[in-house]
Amino acid sequence: MRTDRIAEPWGSRTPYGPGQAWPVRVDQHLADGVSEDSVERWVQSASILHSNGDALDIAVAGGRIVGVRGRAVDRVNHGRLGVKDLYGWQANASPDRLTRPLVREGGRLVETDWDTAMNRVVGRCQELLEEQGPSAISFYTTGQLFLEEYYTLGLVARGGIGTNHLDGNTRLCTATAAAALKETFASDGQPASYTDVDHADVIALFGHNMAETQSVLWMRILDRLAGPEPPKLVAVDPRPTPVAAAATVHLAPRPGTNVAVMNGLLHEVISNGWVDREYVEAHTVGFDELEKRVRDYPPEVVERISGVPAEQLREAARVLGQAERLLCTVLQGFYQSHQATAASVQVNNLVLVRGMLGKPGCGVLQFNGQPTAQNTRECGADGDLPGFRNWANDAHVEDLARVWNVDPMHIPHYGPPTHLMQMLRYAEEGSIRFMWVSGTNPAVSLPELQRVRSVLTDDRLFLVVQDIFLTETAQLADVVLPAATWGEKTGTFTNVDRTVHLSEKAVEPPGEARPDLDIFVDFAHRMGLQDADGQPLVKWSDPEGAFEGWKECSRGRPCDYTGITYDKLRGGSGIQWPCNDEAPEGTERLYVDGRFFSAPDYCESYGRDMVTGAPVEPSEYKALNPDGKAVVKAAAYLPAHEQPDDDFPFTLTTGRTIYHFHTRTKTARAPQLQAAAPDVWVEMSEQDAAGAGITEGDLVDVASPRGSVRAQVRVTGIRPGVLFLPFHYGYWDTGAGHQPDGEGRAANELTLTDWDPASKQPLFKTAAARVARVGGDGTPAPAPTTTASRPLTPGVPVTTGAADVEEEIR
Amino acid sequence: MSRKPKLDMALHELHRSENELNARLLHVSDRHKADHEVFYGARDLARWSRDHVRLLAEAGKRYGLDLDADPRDDSGLLADVRQKAGELVGKRPEPGVLLLRDLRAVHKTAVGVSVDWEVIAQAAQALQDRELLGLAQRCHPDTLRQARWANALIKVMSPQVLLS
Repeated sequence: MRTDRIAEPWGSRTPYGPGQAWPVRVDQHLADGVSEDSVERWVQSASILHSNGDALDIAVAGGRIVGVRGRAVDRVNHGRLGVKDLYGWQANASPDRLTRPLVREGGRLVETDWDTAMNRVVGRCQELLEEQGPSAISFYTTGQLFLEEYYTLGLVARGGIGTNHLDGNTRLCTATAAAALKETFASDGQPASYTDVDHADVIALFGHNMAETQSVLWMRILDRLAGPEPPKLVAVDPRPTPVAAAATVHLAPRPGTNVAVMNGLLHEVISNGWVDREYVEAHTVGFDELEKRVRDYPPEVVERISGVPAEQLREAARVLGQAERLLCTVLQGFYQSHQATAASVQVNNLVLVRGMLGKPGCGVLQFNGQPTAQNTRECGADGDLPGFRNWANDAHVEDLARVWNVDPMHIPHYGPPTHLMQMLRYAEEGSIRFMWVSGTNPAVSLPELQRVRSVLTDDRLFLVVQDIFLTETAQLADVVLPAATWGEKTGTFTNVDRTVHLSEKAVEPPGEARPDLDIFVDFAHRMGLQDADGQPLVKWSDPEGAFEGWKECSRGRPCDYTGITYDKLRGGSGIQWPCNDEAPEGTERLYVDGRFFSAPDYCESYGRDMVTGAPVEPSEYKALNPDGKAVVKAAAYLPAHEQPDDDFPFTLTTGRTIYHFHTRTKTARAPQLQAAAPDVWVEMSEQDAAGAGITEGDLVDVASPRGSVRAQVRVTGIRPGVLFLPFHYGYWDTGAGHQPDGEGRAANELTLTDWDPASKQPLFKTAAARVARVGGDGTPAPAPTTTASRPLTPGVPVTTGAADVEEEIR
Repeated sequence: MSRKPKLDMALHELHRSENELNARLLHVSDRHKADHEVFYGARDLARWSRDHVRLLAEAGKRYGLDLDADPRDDSGLLADVRQKAGELVGKRPEPGVLLLRDLRAVHKTAVGVSVDWEVIAQAAQALQDRELLGLAQRCHPDTLRQARWANALIKVMSPQVLLS
């Protein structure tokens, strides 16, 4: 069957019932004029344009990628692919790929050879190490490289250079997922499995527009909804998302009030006696505090704070409280809001008090935003040590030093690894003077862009950018290193439900572009980084060598990879960690029988104070949780720092659409995706639009105390008082270069510099804003009609593409 | 209730020290506006001290004490000037040392307040004054969290400040 997957992003239905196997549907898209017969090779890989981890094969002909096909055998997607994967691969062959290194000469970036570029990087790094030491050096990576690359980068930065300044852009997308898991379970690691969708009778999605962010898992839910005994859905989201439309109960709170809503739900669950007392008693500490705290949040109080009608809250609590198999998921609506960790932890509390953990259909998935974010966390390329080791536990640091054969003193652990927003602050004040950005675009994706640009363009900062295109950030660099990407290099990565996939090299990278791994290894050698015996610090030169190195590092830790090999990943399905001698085929669910990774000597984290952000001291943690139970942490609602007022009466939230990924470096270069969502828009409620004399398609200036963006209005069913801007649109394709020439286009011109105290994740969902109409010629906004940006105004042309995706139901 | 002049003195002292902690937190917030974590965090935590001041004033009435429920507050023009200055020096490294010194002062004051609450709690126990004991049990943990906040920031920032 041929489907237009731009018009129908989730494709055709294959209904199934509880406990049944999800039917296989193989999705395939080949370039125009290419038939299956002309495909020379199919090369195994997985999706790199979201965090779902959909396994796919890359079609190769004539040395080029000519299409993709979902892998029927894989546990994650059963053959299906999301719309970004079906079309996004075309960006690999984009004519404007970076093919040679660039260096800044007389203020301009000019092409050069690798030796010249790397010598500049190494030269500046060594100069600064001599002059100031490792505190001058920082690395800012991504959630889109491969495991092998993060592990190598972590080794180079922490074990080689000895800097504490290494973080990933996962800080913007999954820092709160990790932080929430660490608060409750004292270690990262997703308890549940995607297969829980097959069994659940209630699925609750908190700030999680899964339909657009993990579209294949949403297909799984849609297929359950279309089958016998469908699950009930609960959605918490101020926008009219496809998830909200499918939900039994949809709560649309004021942005920034998630803790109040969660406390209200917990209030109802506890006061109605829907608590698994036996489970709570046996497997948790801290419940009494929660019970006491949520007494302050009866539904009427929550209604005053959040605007969610008390009766709706009660109804949602009833569904959650009476569920027999409850699966909860969480994403950016919670993570990028004020009180991010505190709110996400309450979702963990919900599954704990209901005893819904470690059983089919039960559990919690604190979702990730990016395809390899889990690996950034595991491998210590963000604010963690590799293998979920605890920076505050000297024995863990010593163990890591043993694996790396370096002096434990050389691995910085005087405090938690520096988070990105603090790194940016150090760069701003001039104490970080070298920043190496790999695979991310902070000049569009970080909050308060005017400030970010002023930091990145500061003469005192030596900026290295490693990327596949000349992004807004790359345009500001002193040295640009051209990288290979997915399909042009080999490596592994891990999705939200701990499934590890292998992605093999299918084609050669363009020009002189090199795999990120090769670049990091080259840097280590040129720097002369050595271990304690004077041998090269990085002992591998290829991905499989790096993977084997990582396996040793992961041995005995929660994310144990020792049972996985490249060969084992070839041909079949992905494998869920931990995979070791005890679990040679991997582990479907964590925390079966209420056993956690939270023993004081073993755990990754002692937690943080969710209001002050101060790390919990080891002695306090030992006193609190000597037996390694799950930790129930209560939180009071606090108002966000920036509230709407007379000048800025709206609350601005930012987010994504299904057709684009991050700053569109790849998806804007796939014509079908670009056509589906070609330019920025702003969503506004019917009531607010009418009040301001605004109609569909009108041009407005959206302003906050920090900047403004010009966009056409899409009138939708969004909560009144709330504005939504997609954050994908920057400046590289506007002709203005890296910044606005006149009116702003990037949502982050408006966002504020503020972050969650515990996870250090910046706030993108609560800024005060105003709207002023500047014109309009009757054309509708360039927003998709198929998704959360669905128009209320009749007559807007629907978003369509071509019926060029083959769907084969088996 | 019979007068206990020394307890009165201790309550006065606690009221004074909570006021001082509020002022110190607001001061460090204003002065380091470019350090967003300090700016917001200190403001949030100052609110706790202001709450304590109000609660102490209420409790003081039972002891015949006239403690001001409104915290001393120098926000306004002076704070604006400090914030502006904080922004202007935001690109300079030198304020790092100043920040450590300011956080040290917050920590020291918070530890002092903590001792003051300890003293009050002990007296309340001995007096069998449940209400006063309850107040101490409610407020003292906040004070400890304020102190830990300052200490944690000092721990994280001092290597960067001193080694750059």
